[in-house]
Amino acid sequence: MSTAVAIVLMVAIVAYAVFAGADFGAGFWDLVAGGAGRGARPRAVIEHSIGPVWEANHVWLIFVFAVLWTSFSQAYASITLTLFVPLAIAALGIVLRGAGFAFRKSVQRVEYRRVFGAAFALSSVIVPYALGSIAGAIASGRVPAGGRAGDPVSSWVNPTSILGGVLAVAAVAYLAAAYLVWDARRLSDAAMAAYFRRRAVAAAAAVAVIAAVGVFVLRADAEYVFDGLTGRALPLVILSVACGIGALVLLVRDAARGGRLLAVGAVASIVAAWGVAQWPYLLPESLKVSAAAAPDATLITVLVVVGLAALVVLPGFVLLYVLDQRGLLPEESS
Amino acid sequence: MSTLAATLAAVDPVPWARGQMAFTLAFHIILVPLGVSWAFFTLIANYRALKHDDRDALLLAQRWSKYMAVTFAVGAVTGTVLSFEFGLLWPRFMGQWGEAFGIPFLFEGIFFFTEAIFITIYIFGWRRLRPWTHFWTGVPIVLAGIFGSASVVAANAWMNAPTGFTLDSSGTIVDVDPWRVIFNDAMPLQAAHMIIAAYIVGGFLVASVYATGMLRGRRDRYHRVGFIIAFSVAAAMTPVQLVVGDALARWVYDNQPAKFAAIELVPETASDVPETLLGRLNDDGTVSGGFAIPGLASWLSDPSSGRDTVVQGLDAFPADERPTTRQVNIVHLSWDVMVGLGTLLFLLSVWYGLVWAVRRRMPRSKWFLRAAAASGVLAVITMEAGWVVTEVGRQPWIVYGHMKVEDAATSNTGVWIMFVAVVLLYTALGVTTVLVLRGMSRRWRRGDCFTDDDAPYGPRAPAGRAPDEQEVAP
Ligand code: HDD
Ligand code: HEM
Ligand code: HEM
Repeated sequence: MSTAVAIVLMVAIVAYAVFAGADFGAGFWDLVAGGAGRGARPRAVIEHSIGPVWEANHVWLIFVFAVLWTSFSQAYASITLTLFVPLAIAALGIVLRGAGFAFRKSVQRVEYRRVFGAAFALSSVIVPYALGSIAGAIASGRVPAGGRAGDPVSSWVNPTSILGGVLAVAAVAYLAAAYLVWDARRLSDAAMAAYFRRRAVAAAAAVAVIAAVGVFVLRADAEYVFDGLTGRALPLVILSVACGIGALVLLVRDAARGGRLLAVGAVASIVAAWGVAQWPYLLPESLKVSAAAAPDATLITVLVVVGLAALVVLPGFVLLYVLDQRGLLPEESS
Repeated sequence: MSTLAATLAAVDPVPWARGQMAFTLAFHIILVPLGVSWAFFTLIANYRALKHDDRDALLLAQRWSKYMAVTFAVGAVTGTVLSFEFGLLWPRFMGQWGEAFGIPFLFEGIFFFTEAIFITIYIFGWRRLRPWTHFWTGVPIVLAGIFGSASVVAANAWMNAPTGFTLDSSGTIVDVDPWRVIFNDAMPLQAAHMIIAAYIVGGFLVASVYATGMLRGRRDRYHRVGFIIAFSVAAAMTPVQLVVGDALARWVYDNQPAKFAAIELVPETASDVPETLLGRLNDDGTVSGGFAIPGLASWLSDPSSGRDTVVQGLDAFPADERPTTRQVNIVHLSWDVMVGLGTLLFLLSVWYGLVWAVRRRMPRSKWFLRAAAASGVLAVITMEAGWVVTEVGRQPWIVYGHMKVEDAATSNTGVWIMFVAVVLLYTALGVTTVLVLRGMSRRWRRGDCFTDDDAPYGPRAPAGRAPDEQEVAP
């Protein structure tokens, strides 16, 4: 039972990484698009590509919290006690970003748009970094079990956390660039498609370099997860690398389809690999998933809710997607 | 420098955590009624538009759906912060009780996600769906809002009436009954009271905007229709709320006697207890000031035994199991504010109802419009006061009878920094929200053009148009 809930947790984390990740990444490209003049065109594409349910993507994160605090409450207490600072930064960043999002579309004056745009873009970088460093803290075993606090600083300022943060920022940038290429093409804007294609390739290269450095960092700093990644989780790691290379090849050759999907696959499988690598631990080497779990009735409730969510939320999601695609037919967009 | 560091390290996190929780909740709860009830008003307008081919109603429905998207987006981020805060501020509470307390929030997730999706579909749908199909895509927003609030309030009610779990001898939860956690004893009344409050607050808030417009001379049909839809719903709910509130008070009398003693300002257990309006409790247990209505508190607590009903006083509880004197005074004052303003709003509704019954139109007098223009803010204050009664009245318990607040808080001494940051950020957020909503309304009044890509959750801007170019539009 606890295994099933752990899988649900992992799926939710992957979903958050993929859905919210692409949005965060779009914010990254917004940030580096340059001044108002030069950046206008890429920003138009970014604005246009921003997913329709956007801030609602945070529901995935909230769901991750809800599963953690119901099913693994002691571990949740340890995490929040130890990682107070990066979690607080992420929370505030999400407010800034959400506000930037909510208001930017609704105001007309250029100066205002610029202020909201800046809030939005900057926090798009800070939040993934904070969340990535949290993942690094957990992976490197710096969060103690039993609802106790670990070190308030070194738990998230350490090699693995920095790796996690930087990798998260690079990965979402890569993901978003792959999406943006596709969006620019849908807008038949060849110049912008090339613009984002160059950036996607650069981001992919950055991810590759960081990952290569990461191998050494993990071996020195997070042995358990390193062993997992090179052992049990190796197939997923290989899958991720393969997807990443495949996506890159498709991007470089300007292929019509597939690049976006492969990019998603690359990010999803590396996040999943992290989960598999630390199995059976929730907090590596101090707390096993099975030992951390809540009473069965609570776990069953979590699974029931997942079932209900599939029944209730999915149809709406599909309808929305269909409408979104239909709404973009050229003759409608005048 | 090191003394400064030492002073900062010695800051007690508990009051800061309380303050932050209260502040962020009080902020979020203002957006909640709009998220819950505005969709309903929009659908009424939409229905009128379709049924009677009413252009004004159509315009209202379209605009309301845009405003709603802005307040929903702000509600979503402030709500996200709340879920961070449970862990950041109350890790020990969540560590011990999360297995039960957390359950309602799982359901909340489903409902809010549904709400977000259908708000998007509804805004998308104005030009892409057939009119009646489009109307029906709005209905899930209304339902999700109601069920979503019911889930959240279930969690709050559980803190008042914790049931549905078994503890072992060390106090760890060993078994959970999810059904009893959600449908705990306090839940039905509290959820009903809150959902009705959401319609009252949302209705008066929206109506007050149109009342202000009419006072400034914009007395066209558009403003009247906007006013009538929102105000009528809120007005119809006020009497229901008085009945539900009365039942809720009796529930508190039966189940949380210390809170009840604070509400009614009863220092000593007695029968024939007066209802004290205003007034304050002193540290020596005497009550000073205020107007006492003899016997009324006893009578209201249980009309069947009338003035003979015994009301437990604060002295019936050890000092560390009841609110402090200061908290009692806060609770009592908030109670007076809620009941007082609630009654005023009810009287305003009666006025409105009587004029309709006699003249078959809404009241037009300046005084009515002035009162109506104030009703939105008053309703918000009423609701905030009600929450203060609930939350401060529960002190010192976070989980009634099981865990005290000071045992629940984080040990992180840096909480005050986050608190300061949150206050600054939220102040900016609040001001900007109001400015943006006003800006939207001005723009529409000037241009009268309807585009559906200028709202959050709305469709993407048409291809190839840089955002800056939109400025040229009139
Ligand atoms: C517009 C809003 C509004 C209005 C007109 C009223 N209330 Fe209320 N009240 C609330 C909004 C509210 C609230 C903010 O929604 C609370 C806080 C917690 C809850 O569930 O509802 C609340 C709480 C609350 C509680 C505390 C429940 C607890 O601690 O568990 C009591 C006893 C009452 N109310 C009673 C009344 C009475 C007797 C009213 C009649 C005049 C009344 N309320 C009008
Ligand atoms: C579902 C809704 C809510 C939940 C689950 C909830 C939960 C909590 C928790 C966990 C605390 C800290 C522990 C404590 O002091 O008892 C708290 C305190 C507080 N909350 Fe709520 N709350 C809710 C709604 C609200 C709202 C809407 C307000 C609006 C005013 C509010 C006002 C307060 C205040 C003033 C305190 C501090 C009480 C004190 O320490 O004296 N709460 N709440
Ligand atoms: C401790 C208390 C609370 C927490 C943790 C919380 C959490 C949240 C979260 C995470 C969201 C965003 C959902 C999304 O992204 O779509 C949200 C929005 C919302 N919340 Fe809360 N909430 C709390 C208190 C309340 C209360 C007391 C109510 C109502 C009674 C409420 C009703 C709503 C509604 C209706 C929304 C939808 C957004 C909106 O309409 O503004 N919440 N809340």
